Amino acid sequence: MSSENGMFGAQGTGDTSGYGGLVRTAASTGSSERPYGSYFDSVTDDLERAYPDFADAIERVVVDRGELTLHVKASRLVEVSMILRDKLKFEMCLGVSGVNYPDDKDRELHAVYPLLSMTHNQRIRLEVSVPDSHPHIPSLVEVWAGNNWNERETFDMFGIIFDGHPGLTRILMPDDWQGHPQRKDYALGGISVEYKGATTPAPDERRSYR
Amino acid sequence: MSTYTDPYAASRETTEGTVFSVTGGDWDSLVTEIGQAKEERVVVNMGPQHPSTHGVLRLVLELEGETVTEVRCGIGYLHTGIEKNIEYRNWTQGVTFVTRMDYLSPLFNEAAYCLGVEKLLGITNDVPERASVIRVLMMELNRISSHMVALGTGALELGALSPMIFCFREREKVLDIFELISGLRMNMAYIRPGGVQQDLPAGALAKIRATVKDLRHSFKDNENLLVGNSIWMKRTEGIGYLDLAGATTLGVTGPVLRSTGLPWDLRKMQPYCGYENYNFDVVTADTCDVYGRFLIRVNELEQSLRIIEQAVDKLEKLEGAPVMVADKKIAWPAQLALGGDGLGNSLDHIRDIMGTSMESLIHHFKLVTEGFRVPAGQVYTAIESPRGELGAHVVSDGGTRPFRVHFREPSFNNLQSTSAMCEGSMVADIIGAVASIDPVMGGVDR
Repeated sequence: MSSENGMFGAQGTGDTSGYGGLVRTAASTGSSERPYGSYFDSVTDDLERAYPDFADAIERVVVDRGELTLHVKASRLVEVSMILRDKLKFEMCLGVSGVNYPDDKDRELHAVYPLLSMTHNQRIRLEVSVPDSHPHIPSLVEVWAGNNWNERETFDMFGIIFDGHPGLTRILMPDDWQGHPQRKDYALGGISVEYKGATTPAPDERRSYR
Repeated sequence: MSTYTDPYAASRETTEGTVFSVTGGDWDSLVTEIGQAKEERVVVNMGPQHPSTHGVLRLVLELEGETVTEVRCGIGYLHTGIEKNIEYRNWTQGVTFVTRMDYLSPLFNEAAYCLGVEKLLGITNDVPERASVIRVLMMELNRISSHMVALGTGALELGALSPMIFCFREREKVLDIFELISGLRMNMAYIRPGGVQQDLPAGALAKIRATVKDLRHSFKDNENLLVGNSIWMKRTEGIGYLDLAGATTLGVTGPVLRSTGLPWDLRKMQPYCGYENYNFDVVTADTCDVYGRFLIRVNELEQSLRIIEQAVDKLEKLEGAPVMVADKKIAWPAQLALGGDGLGNSLDHIRDIMGTSMESLIHHFKLVTEGFRVPAGQVYTAIESPRGELGAHVVSDGGTRPFRVHFREPSFNNLQSTSAMCEGSMVADIIGAVASIDPVMGGVDR
């Protein structure tokens, strides 16, 4: 993770005392071993049966902290989602959450989709990763219409372009905003506020936050 | 076109046709001008500062006569960058941010976030029972105060003033309990990773018991104002229709989903904080309309009171039990004392760390300034907030600060269904439909 400015002028780890020796543990990058436990084995088996290209489309199957994550290739996302919705009864998609991992080479931008099956009372998660240089993911609005605003939010905050979205515009930030605020290379603060002629300096230029 | 310039309804020509800016009350000249226009279609901007849009919500309405043909929502006016800011503070300080998202249900925001952090830490089962029961107690009190605003402002927006006054009076009683317990009426940052900030003060349970009795009595009065009221029913029955298929595909949860007849409540389906140990019913309606959602909220009040009573019984049996995890590397030194002017430092604790133990002082300093580390990974935790599924997607890179926290806000997702509910209806019915979704813009925009 790249260094960032924190409280009280802290650099990098946020270890303000200097004696913490903070070591960050990277999340595992491999697939989990079978058996996954809980309902995860049966969900994965069902998907493999219903979707012949499973081995090609699903890059990794990760079970961590009692949650199942399927890492899907961006190009196969819509196919997999259709099967999950129609055959495995994951009727609801609870939006999309972007995550920016600047150190994950050529997979800097991740989109995470939590899915819910009300029929079977199960939850799984889809994760798609794309490079910063080509941030394109197919839109899931035609699969789950409720993803419309969520994809706009993720575009607004991370700059991920959802191909096929009916109207991919900014939703939370002003239309003419520059940059995508939730990316790790976008610093906190730095925007000066102008109100009735008086200008307030940006928070990072006011006191010791620099 | 106009022969004179009206100071209240000036018009100008644009590439999309004549645009009228109505700034004052002179509708007559506007109507005259529109009467001369070639087409019937009128685009009206409603909000963002409008007393009936339930917050700073902007609605762009396309009208044909009085029929709404298209509705678009404009949001973002209350965006405060909470998800960004949280990445620059430690895990415990994050609670102070998330509590400010949906300002009508702060304890739910805190609970969703803390359950996520605890799951990442792997201490979900180590949270003391007393802390979980206090969380349930506080969340259900919060559900009442939130529903009070939903019902009160919903009625106000449709023109009924008395229910609003009554509902806010009852809400005040709940906020008094919050103030007694946490020192704050709103945005209390009371639920912390590992438990709650501090134990209940003396006399809190007795006050809650008295208030529950009081509330149950006054809820009856409130009910009599609107339930079955013929004017109210004419404004709400069959309005804002959204069926199960529509709700599912739009990701709509909470009372709006339950108004389609599906008893989907995460407290029952995927219990957290020990909800499986309480007796309560999931309230549903099968009308798919505004009146059904109104009835659900009214009846959920009684279910919340039932849960509160059971929680108070449990707390009496758990008197003196811990309210924070035993692991001192996670539990923040929360020794505070409730004084006459609110929560403040506990003199006993300060005497202890300053006067008797150097190690305690170092530990206190390290934990508060640097914070604890959370093992790398990601989790998604969901709870049933008054508005539906409130989910927290929490990602850690192993550091002392969150790497990414995203909230799946029920208001945000439910508000998307405005178009589906309102297109084809009358202008006046939009107000009722939006009020029945009960979006809180602080939560929508974060």
